[in-house]
Amino acid sequence: MAILNEEQTMLRDAAKSWVSEKSPVTAFRKMRDSGNADGFDRAAWAEMAEMGWAGILIPEEFGGSGLDYLTMGLVLEETGRTLTASPLLSSALVATSALLLGGNDAQKKEWLPKFAGGKAIGTLALDEGPHHAPANTALTATRDGKGWKLSGKKSFVPDGGAADIIVVAARTSGKSGDTNGITLFLVSGNASGLARQKLKTVDNRGVANLTFENVSVGADAVLGTVDQGFSPLESVLDRARAGLAAEMLGAAVQSFDTTLDYLKTRVQFGQVIGTFQALQHRAAKMFTELELTRSCVEAALVGIDRGANDIPALASLAKARASELWHLVSNEMVQMHGGIGMTDAHDAGLYLKRARVAEATFGGASFHRDRYARLMGY
Amino acid sequence: MAAAESLNAELESFRAEARDWLAKNFPPSLANVDVAMASAMAGFKPSGNAGLWQERMAAKGWGTPTWPKQYGGGGLSPQEAKILTQEMNRIGAKNPIGGMGVMMFGPTLLEYGNDEQKSRHVPGIVTGQVRWCQGYSEPNAGSDLAALRTQAVDKGDHYLVNGQKVWTSGAQYADWCFCLVRTDNTKKHEGISFLLIDMRSPGIEVRPIKLISGFSPFCETFFTDVTVPKENLMGPLNGGWTIGKRLLQFERAGLGSGGGSAGRGGDARGLDQIAKDYVGVDEKGRIADPDLRARIAQHQMDAKAFALTIQRAQAEAKSNVNPSAVTSIMKNAGSRLQQDRAELLLEIMGHRGLGWEGEGFAGDEIAATRAWLGGKAVTIYGGTYEIQNNIIAKRILGLLDHQ
Ligand SMILES: Cc1cc2nc3c(=O)[nH]c(=O)nc-3n(C[C@H](O)[C@H](O)[C@H](O)COP(=O)(O)OP(=O)(O)OC[C@H]3O[C@@H](n4cnc5c(N)ncnc54)[C@H](O)[C@@H]3O)c2cc1C
Repeated sequence: MAILNEEQTMLRDAAKSWVSEKSPVTAFRKMRDSGNADGFDRAAWAEMAEMGWAGILIPEEFGGSGLDYLTMGLVLEETGRTLTASPLLSSALVATSALLLGGNDAQKKEWLPKFAGGKAIGTLALDEGPHHAPANTALTATRDGKGWKLSGKKSFVPDGGAADIIVVAARTSGKSGDTNGITLFLVSGNASGLARQKLKTVDNRGVANLTFENVSVGADAVLGTVDQGFSPLESVLDRARAGLAAEMLGAAVQSFDTTLDYLKTRVQFGQVIGTFQALQHRAAKMFTELELTRSCVEAALVGIDRGANDIPALASLAKARASELWHLVSNEMVQMHGGIGMTDAHDAGLYLKRARVAEATFGGASFHRDRYARLMGY
Repeated sequence: MAAAESLNAELESFRAEARDWLAKNFPPSLANVDVAMASAMAGFKPSGNAGLWQERMAAKGWGTPTWPKQYGGGGLSPQEAKILTQEMNRIGAKNPIGGMGVMMFGPTLLEYGNDEQKSRHVPGIVTGQVRWCQGYSEPNAGSDLAALRTQAVDKGDHYLVNGQKVWTSGAQYADWCFCLVRTDNTKKHEGISFLLIDMRSPGIEVRPIKLISGFSPFCETFFTDVTVPKENLMGPLNGGWTIGKRLLQFERAGLGSGGGSAGRGGDARGLDQIAKDYVGVDEKGRIADPDLRARIAQHQMDAKAFALTIQRAQAEAKSNVNPSAVTSIMKNAGSRLQQDRAELLLEIMGHRGLGWEGEGFAGDEIAATRAWLGGKAVTIYGGTYEIQNNIIAKRILGLLDHQ
């Protein structure tokens, strides 16, 4: 566990108790079974914003509390534990980071106070296929008078159905695969010409496919510099990866704790199943992996806060590790519970399903192994 | 030499006969359609072409090709049955007669049932008309199956059964249940009997349980003062454990041999082909993601090793060289292979492999996702992965528990 200051400790503890009282897994299950089309509970999100979580990263001048990524990670870890579905990652971390890193003053003034108060939800629309591939941006933005027209598709956009404002990566020059020629735009969720298709996915969160047909935006919609969007985009993504890794770590810890409890209570052959070495060693291995991953996740968050020069490598390390960890633990969770772990009434399946979606989001282990090697120069 | 030649000639003439019969009787519209699986999962009796195909195979006895003719089986030799399978595979014909009756209970019944029981129960299995379910597991008796407590009390002319089974696959559709029950409380393994219970008996209540895949293929099954005629005891009183274990061998053999292919769901092509579609190729035509490509190769090598092992086991069985320990690894190797494939397929499809239902996903994609979830059970049922490894370690390798 990283050494926390008083503020961080307080927020983490507040998150822990809110999550256990107000947002246990049963709340997620209720949201799922109610057929909620947003993929999160708006009332719960309002409470989270009330407690200041939506504004953790937002400077005080824009209505937030100006805290750091480690603090955000601590809260995400706690909400991850119970699979709390909310725009905390997509809005309070990802879209917020995009504005912080690329936004001009007017853009920040317009959106950050709304994000901080939970009054508006933001998200990032990047990938155009089933796999994470930031440079493969093909959706085009062409100049149109003083403004721009956007046409193309974005796939599997987190909270893409509920978002009020969407950071869209568009191609303004070059071709798909080029890192040059990508520009970030701010597009309203209600823009005319934008069609949103909400998807039903295994994790029951609010993901959507977006289709842009000549969506008009003004010149002031450009976030950062025309054609130079890739570098800030990568910085945003690294923050997203570290944040998601923190959420996944929390979920993996809970998957593990629930499983460990079961090993200590389920009796077969006249003894608790945790007495069988075949299971003991696997539990010990999971615990080892958990500890190793925690170090990586915290290092990435702290690295971001300190402006370290190896943030990309740390973010890839954290996301790859968290993906492998939760993959392992979610599978073991089902297996070690036996028949009961296969039932919908048990939590194991919920963790398993969310694990695979989180793995695929912002790049899985395979993507990040490759990226890590490239960053290291081999 | 001459004998071998004449055997070969006989087999070839059987091949011609099978091919001819299939050409006349197999509805080509059913190519690659698994009638038995579909009807077992959804609990309907096949109709139309599927029903016709089932009736014809039933009448011929070829759904259970090696079972004795006397009870409606095909009466074929193992070699003939193999040829029949080859000929069916050639045209994509799936055996329309299946389920637990064929896979597990039938072979056990033929070994342990008395004449009356065989005459009464085998024909219904052979024709696919009677469905069986397996009443083994209980809430507190899973891996430790012999801890089961469902009680059958001797009431003179019948047994009175009380208790609860769980995870009973297909109980909601079953006509009959082969059940392990306790008939002696003073002994563990030697107090268990093998009882055949008519699922329509008063006092049986079945409650479907939903799986993580969204389907409800199994149930909780409650027995409250269920009357079972004495003639439904199979094998000796308190001798059920041996029979129950024999049945598990059939179950595991069936599960193992299907490994890597059973319950795949979705796109039937090789992972390499699917990956090329979803991930793309580099300038040399190789799967664009080298890390994924290496793991697909790893999986395909594992699958090849497994297929070669099945072949070797079959060859050994035929020639009666030491009916080897190799079969003991089949269930675990096969079930892991199936799960690895499902995980890889999901990874290949990326977010497209993570849909639950509705728009935005192809039917094949949803099917693969559901099969991935459902497939997590193959290392749990029929003896868990861990229990299988315990059996290998103890029985095959002689590694005993420390005392
Ligand atoms: C989809 C599905 C269908 C099924 N269908 C049927 C059916 O039709 N009829 C029927 O009777 N049953 C059925 N079962 C039940 C199945 O046989 C049991 O789930 C299985 O035997 C495991 O028992 P359990 O669930 O009680 O798990 P437990 O025995 O409680 O096991 C929990 C965990 O502990 C491990 N464990 C237990 N003992 C040991 C040990 N000694 N050493 C190491 N590890 C150990 C297990 O491997 C597992 O990982 C089905 C199960 C599933 C999932």
